[in-house]
Amino acid sequence: MTYTNEQVSHLVEGTLDWDTTFRMLSMPKDNERFGQYLAALQSKVSFKDRIVLPLSPHMYIVQSAKTKQWVIKCDCGHEFCDYTDNWKMHALIHVRDTEEAMAEIYPKLMAPDTNWQVYREYFCPTCGVMHDVEAPTPWYPVIHDFEPDIEAFYKDWVGLPVPERAA
Amino acid sequence: MNMMTNKEVGFADLLKNGQTLKQFRDGILERTKTSGHYNGLEKLELRDSDPIGYEKLFSKLRGGLVHARETAKKIAASPIVEQEGELCFTLYNAVGDCVLTSTGIIIHVGTMGAAIKYMIENNWEGNPGINPGDMFTNNDCSIGNVHPCDIATIVPIFWEGRLIGWVGGVTHVIDTGAVTPGSMSTGQTQRFGDGYMITCRKTGINDEPLRDWLHESQRSVRTPKYWILDEKTRIAGCHMIRELVEDVIRADGIEAYEKFAYEVIEEGRRGLMNRIKAMTLPGKYRKVSFVDVPFKHEDVQVSNAFAKLDSIMHSPCEMTIKADGKWRLDFEGASRWGWHTFNAHQVAFTSGIWVMMCQTLVPTQRINDGAYFATEFHLPKGTWCNPDDRRTGHAYAWHFLVSGWSALWRGLSQSYFSRGYLEEVNAGNANTSNWLQGGGINQDGEIHAVNSFEASSCGTGACAVKDGLNHAAAIWNPEGDMGDIEIWEMAEPLLYMGRNVKANSGGYGKYRGGCGFETLRMVWNAQDWTMFFMGNGFMNSDWGMMGGYPAATGYRFEAHKTGLERRIANGESLPLGGDIDPAAPTYEHNIDATARIKRDKQCMTTEDCYDNHDLYLNYLRGGPGFGDPFDREPKAIEKDLNEKFLLPEFAKKVYGAVFTQDAKGVFSVDAAATQTRRAELRKERLARAVPVREWMKEERERIINKHASQAVQHMFATSFALSEKFTKQFKDFWSLPDDWQLLETELGVPSYGSKHRMDLSLMPGVTTVVQVEE
Repeated sequence: MTYTNEQVSHLVEGTLDWDTTFRMLSMPKDNERFGQYLAALQSKVSFKDRIVLPLSPHMYIVQSAKTKQWVIKCDCGHEFCDYTDNWKMHALIHVRDTEEAMAEIYPKLMAPDTNWQVYREYFCPTCGVMHDVEAPTPWYPVIHDFEPDIEAFYKDWVGLPVPERAA
Repeated sequence: MNMMTNKEVGFADLLKNGQTLKQFRDGILERTKTSGHYNGLEKLELRDSDPIGYEKLFSKLRGGLVHARETAKKIAASPIVEQEGELCFTLYNAVGDCVLTSTGIIIHVGTMGAAIKYMIENNWEGNPGINPGDMFTNNDCSIGNVHPCDIATIVPIFWEGRLIGWVGGVTHVIDTGAVTPGSMSTGQTQRFGDGYMITCRKTGINDEPLRDWLHESQRSVRTPKYWILDEKTRIAGCHMIRELVEDVIRADGIEAYEKFAYEVIEEGRRGLMNRIKAMTLPGKYRKVSFVDVPFKHEDVQVSNAFAKLDSIMHSPCEMTIKADGKWRLDFEGASRWGWHTFNAHQVAFTSGIWVMMCQTLVPTQRINDGAYFATEFHLPKGTWCNPDDRRTGHAYAWHFLVSGWSALWRGLSQSYFSRGYLEEVNAGNANTSNWLQGGGINQDGEIHAVNSFEASSCGTGACAVKDGLNHAAAIWNPEGDMGDIEIWEMAEPLLYMGRNVKANSGGYGKYRGGCGFETLRMVWNAQDWTMFFMGNGFMNSDWGMMGGYPAATGYRFEAHKTGLERRIANGESLPLGGDIDPAAPTYEHNIDATARIKRDKQCMTTEDCYDNHDLYLNYLRGGPGFGDPFDREPKAIEKDLNEKFLLPEFAKKVYGAVFTQDAKGVFSVDAAATQTRRAELRKERLARAVPVREWMKEERERIINKHASQAVQHMFATSFALSEKFTKQFKDFWSLPDDWQLLETELGVPSYGSKHRMDLSLMPGVTTVVQVEE
């Protein structure tokens, strides 16, 4: 089963019809998807850097057009860090650690007690998009939650050439 | 004269190959270890030489298992089994490795196998003996069961006098005779209060239950009618499947059947690796989850002073997907087991995980122990998921299993997202609570216990292309069904005053989590009645994903001395429908002003007294959200407002929506004004946020000064005590001085279990079965 580039673009936009979405869910996976997905995303961003791996709706590992280094980048163009680093350490943070701060987002009684759990909201320092919300206990280290093995994925799993990477 | 006989001791030669079951199992494990293939099966001879015959065998057996489940469940009277489908039948080979399983609570793919392995390792064939027509019953949580209410009947399958396999059937019973009523009661702090515990006991011969078993078991629980019909359900299903296997062997031959019973497990092992390579992405994924255990509150009445403390269960998970398609799940750093009923045996984890995975990574019919053999589990001994003390309670192991696994959803979903399989992304699962439980004398004048399974229909997590489903599912039952009100009112002396979608319960996001729901129940025609709450209140156990928020937490509402008997008689107003905005409650305006009300975040309580016409709110949680809420389509917000899934205040604050409401109460969101408002709000975000490294300096000071609640410090102290690795990572991250430490003894709370523990394996004559890296 394969899908058109247009269908994959609609999937990315959240506008794909349900019949096709259901087919995607119920049928064996289409290994070509990754290439189509990259193309759909590349056409949306304004920068020239090549997307190597999407991380979240507004964040990618990209190959810098200038240096060929792999870096983590927001779709607004803000560069966070090297792709092996934890991008959260380079973000802005707002911590909801009081009852008042939690009351901004939940009805009475429906928020966590901040003596037990806090929310850490991570923003892009340039555009203010919220890339992640952590919900740990106080004191919890900032989690480096994803370290992809991109080379094995490209070479062995989807059969694509690994993009050049400058050290 | 009393003459002894050696009939039931010595070598039984059940396999007719000169080996004991243990020797035979050891051989399989050795061949699996040395070859990397289950039972050394590098080639699948039957499948490769006769692929159509192999598939026919598969279809006959799998179809028969599902058929047996569907037929047998009609015997049960318990709504938990008959309505919610809380039962499962599984076929095992001679060593207790799962060949195939039915639909239903697939968590039991390995739990009954663990019981069979326990019988094998402890020479049940010598004593009490294993014969055709025997039945064994198990619900022992210290050898692999999830919680005591899952009662398993296990029947050996012989062919021409030779043991060739086993079939197991499990049902979730309504009551286990624990200290308090309900199948997953709380308040007991140890195994000894968890209820009737049966360890692979021979409970039937010649296909008939033994009389001592029938007498003892029925009087050991509060609900004997449901209990015995559940047992008949299990026996009927097991015997149907045993006959099915006999039919298959008559048609296809014993050689083909036995080859199939081992090859299909190797095929399952390869199948998982193929699925991992087809859907995910190699790398390391680190996620964590928590849940609250608030036992300090006065409404939690326990029998032990050493259990009276607030604590947090901690489940850090490092998921490594390897380039060859194998994976490793590492829970190093998890907190210690506790004096409560939320502990889990390692098999509850290694077996139970597949009930989740069949909803995402392996949504196939080929669930068997092959997936276990393709997975490395690291569950450190002494943690909540692998206790090292034989006293631990397990009645509601799910309190944390559902929480721990929410982290796995996020790890897998990261891989789906990065690979472009957006349709598979799921931000997580709801904390499947509240659990309404209790008991007393019911409307029929009988001793009774209740355990509402409305929790089988919580909100699901948001996807990367759509919202989560409202009041739809539970992670532990892929066929979740909230059940009909009329059936629950027959099973419970509790009338429905409302059943509504719970506003704001789904986590916010570009795509929001599915909303949960709430039902208001009024006690009616009961005597000496009790109820209690069990769920999360002070913490979320799920997180949002990629900018989405977690679902809302729980809270409790109960009301006593309501005056409803008089109000109903006089035709006065009544509390009806949902508790739509807890900040502006309406229930209180429709009961007597003198009513005694509890409205707070203490969602864990023990049996409290309820009179007729008292009220209880059963609030079932929503699922977590996906993506920045400012990316949510204005039309989706408008729809949520008009369906009362979202309170207007939070449409403004969380989503940045600008909207109006007409005279008929219909909301309209202004898309252009919303876009403008969101641009302003993004600037406000930047104005109040700080660089992470600056915030870290303040947080580090709080750690140095040990400024955190007792519950938080206790969680870290128990994790530190069990894991040098976790301690080092924590201290390295925060650049703490070498001599900084946090010990339980400095917290001023009871620390029983922190130093002195005794594992089941230390009991004389007991060989435990270890299936994970500890």
